[in-house]
Amino acid sequence: MTKPEVVSTDSSVGKTRVPTQIDEHIVEIVSDSGEGAQKAGQTFGNISAKMANGVWTVEIIPAEIKPPARSPQGASGIRIRLGSHYITNMGDAADLVVALNEQVLYSRIATHAYKPGTVILLENKWATDPDPQIRAVYQSAVAEFRENGLIIQEVPMEEHCLKLTPHPRLGKNMFVVGMLSHIYNRDVDKAYHEIEMTFARKGEKVINLNQQLFQAGYDYARDNIDYHYHIPAWERDSDEPLIVTNGNQAFALGIMASGMEMVAMYPITPATSASHYLADVFHQVGGFVHQAEDEIAAIGFAIGSSYAGKTACTITSGPGIALKTEFIGLAVMAEIPLVICVVQRGGPATGLPTKVEQGDLLASLYGEPGDAPKVVIAPATIEECLHFVIMARKLAETFRTPVMVLSDTNLATGVQPYPRPKPKAEWLAPPIDQSPWEKGIAPYQWDENTGLSPRPVVGQAGGEFVLTGLAHTYESKVAYDRDSNQRGCDMRSRKLAALGSTLKPPSVHGDPEGDLLVVGWGSTLGAIEEAVDRARAEGHKVSSVHLRFLSPMEPGLKEIFRHFKQIFTVEINYSDKDDAPYINAENRRYTQLAMLLRSQLLVDVDCWSNVHGQPMQPGIIYNELSRRLNAMKGGA
Amino acid sequence: MFGLKADWSLDIRKRYFTLGDYAGNEARWCPGCGDHAVLTVIQRICRDQQIVPEKTVAVSGIGCSSRLPHYMGTYGFHGLHGRALPVACGIKSRRPELDVWVATGDGDCFSIGAGHWLHAVRYNMNMTVLVFDNNVYALTKNQTSPTSGFGLKTNTHPQGAPLAAHNPLTTTLGITNVSFLAQTIDWNPAHMYETIKAAHAHRGFSLVRILQRCPVYSQDVYQILQDEPNKLMLLNHEKGITLEDKMANLFPTQKEHDPADMSAAYDIAFQQMPVPIGMIYHNPDVPCYEDISSEGNDMGMEDKLASLNKVFDQFAI
Repeated sequence: MTKPEVVSTDSSVGKTRVPTQIDEHIVEIVSDSGEGAQKAGQTFGNISAKMANGVWTVEIIPAEIKPPARSPQGASGIRIRLGSHYITNMGDAADLVVALNEQVLYSRIATHAYKPGTVILLENKWATDPDPQIRAVYQSAVAEFRENGLIIQEVPMEEHCLKLTPHPRLGKNMFVVGMLSHIYNRDVDKAYHEIEMTFARKGEKVINLNQQLFQAGYDYARDNIDYHYHIPAWERDSDEPLIVTNGNQAFALGIMASGMEMVAMYPITPATSASHYLADVFHQVGGFVHQAEDEIAAIGFAIGSSYAGKTACTITSGPGIALKTEFIGLAVMAEIPLVICVVQRGGPATGLPTKVEQGDLLASLYGEPGDAPKVVIAPATIEECLHFVIMARKLAETFRTPVMVLSDTNLATGVQPYPRPKPKAEWLAPPIDQSPWEKGIAPYQWDENTGLSPRPVVGQAGGEFVLTGLAHTYESKVAYDRDSNQRGCDMRSRKLAALGSTLKPPSVHGDPEGDLLVVGWGSTLGAIEEAVDRARAEGHKVSSVHLRFLSPMEPGLKEIFRHFKQIFTVEINYSDKDDAPYINAENRRYTQLAMLLRSQLLVDVDCWSNVHGQPMQPGIIYNELSRRLNAMKGGA
Repeated sequence: MFGLKADWSLDIRKRYFTLGDYAGNEARWCPGCGDHAVLTVIQRICRDQQIVPEKTVAVSGIGCSSRLPHYMGTYGFHGLHGRALPVACGIKSRRPELDVWVATGDGDCFSIGAGHWLHAVRYNMNMTVLVFDNNVYALTKNQTSPTSGFGLKTNTHPQGAPLAAHNPLTTTLGITNVSFLAQTIDWNPAHMYETIKAAHAHRGFSLVRILQRCPVYSQDVYQILQDEPNKLMLLNHEKGITLEDKMANLFPTQKEHDPADMSAAYDIAFQQMPVPIGMIYHNPDVPCYEDISSEGNDMGMEDKLASLNKVFDQFAI
């Protein structure tokens, strides 16, 4: 094998072989769709996690399966943030990027994913492409990127991969993993093992080829790339074992660990991958994934299973929730336990199918006609995705209600290590009670205080009743009279109050009093706390609170809010900027959580949000904190 | 002695169910509504088959006929307009031992729930599905339904329905996995009894279209079939539905039809007149989806925990 020419273009890069120790780095791999960037990133992320680094990976996904090649909007890829500490979010600008063509970089630059000094290892085959136009746009892009401060290092990836495979487009991703593994000083044995796991189903030949491609990339970086880093292991408090999953896998694991045996779903991005994984393994715990003919049938099927005593789950996203609305109302009205996992994406309508938004909060709380109180919870981490589903089944059965569990694209595709759960028998659903129903107990024998009632399940002799979506009496008899409808509504609402009374006030991240309090919910936890920590490290009096229960709302918020001069939510859903045309204090439309808090607590909760379709980044939250702190100083 | 075995024993049932065990609330359909007759037939079949009430669920959507579960003494699920079938399939999915009946109408099944109808036929889950077809939306007070005949005057088409009636029989026969299709009339309880009994006996998705009179909004649509019984065609076959001779003799037009013959079934379903009644199609060998969907529902806690641990270990680092 001839030694390839060194193509380093930055004279400031040294030639040291001793790795530089760093605390963390943000790496991206971007390419056209179908070039395996995500698989490369996951493999690299797993290797890093297995070397006990803190890791967060997030996919960059175009909406189309095969968008035009070499186009900015076709950018497909993955970001891996790895560090010597627990990583909770995607971070800010990338430090090092591997790009398989120059065009896809434009879309990343447009989302401020890079900064001056970001190193780009760029496939250089375009420089010698037979098409003169491609050669020209490549050269001009490289020049433009350099002008803007990016450090471009051209790498003959194709050329090297061609030595091993006639299909370098398919194999290049493992070459990339090889390069990154040398740059970040990864353990080669672990990498070989990871590649074996990744391609286990494809047989030895494919595994060997990919290991060779990995080695070629590794050797290339060793001989030609001067960046060489060491990220020490994350010093954890405990040595309990970890697992690494994304949020959708965590949902699937939670469903299995909850003892639920039925998931009825209809394909919808970004929720479907939970069902993909589940469909692969659910039978191992006796479960079944039903792919229904549509979103409505999916929830109807789940409700049928729940009604018959096997509490079921349906998994969907915003457009699916819109379609399921009527059935959710029925489950509330007839008090049928049900778990609804919602992986939020951008809306309304088809919106941004592959992007992040926290836009379904109010639809989840108030989407149904009439009053339809139900439990709505939002995991803030990937680990919580797993545990909240287990909790959701219990809440659904205890409170005889649908429970909506809201995650989003950020959690769904983010990958993070967390403590391996130890499955417990009490997590699992008990067998269906088929003992005779106690005489004289009505199917809706509501406890006046709690709204709770015991539920007869099909098969219990003497418990026969007709469930109905009409207003009904204790006996489930259709009732149009004023008192019955009032009572039913009272009782269903009371269940939420009863559940709320068992909740603890949320804990405050940072001091319990200060100038600014940030309130968040869902996937923004890591970014918000990182931004708050940055501000606090500079001496600012900033704290944050993160809500997991949205319905019922967590208690004690008014008391927490009392100790801060200004409170604002950070959310990924729409709000009017307060200086936008026509907008004033009376007509401004707030973010969804802010709207809830304002109406519920009569506290002047402000909000700050965007609908860029991107995960919240600590840097931009930090900037907003600084802006507000400065304004407060100026005002004082 | 006397031809009796010494070890004979009298098989005394622990419970014997009477018609009263299948009766729920007093039916509140209009006087003269064909639904009353269907309800009575269902309850008689339940009694005659000694169906266990607590193991039985009557599922429905919304409409006049969908009130049926309220009048049964079994478990019932009176859900949403058009959505009886997904719920019924869900009930069956993990509890295949339950006896599931579905009451639906021409609007509920063939219009708002049409997508579910197609797919439920294909799932072929074991349930008895009765479509009360009165050619009109009655509960919402006289609107055109998919089976309203051309020219039928309704509140939504006061000048007459502009489209020809949809033929749900040919549609059903066109769906993969169709396993049972029959048609009957509410004004002949004997035929209705035998038809629904055969549907219930079939293991699979049994669809029975019941031509059912609405005395308020569509009292005339089946009048011609009552006035001129030769406009009905009684389907006979040893594998189909058989009536006692004195009852069969009421039908001047009869046809020998093997319900296993799809091609003949399609011809019968396609023809507008005379109107076929009896078993149109039957294939007892189509697999049932619940055989797949209920797999593993007897798995014990210990096994589940052991499997869960294996699953978690796959993500270990």
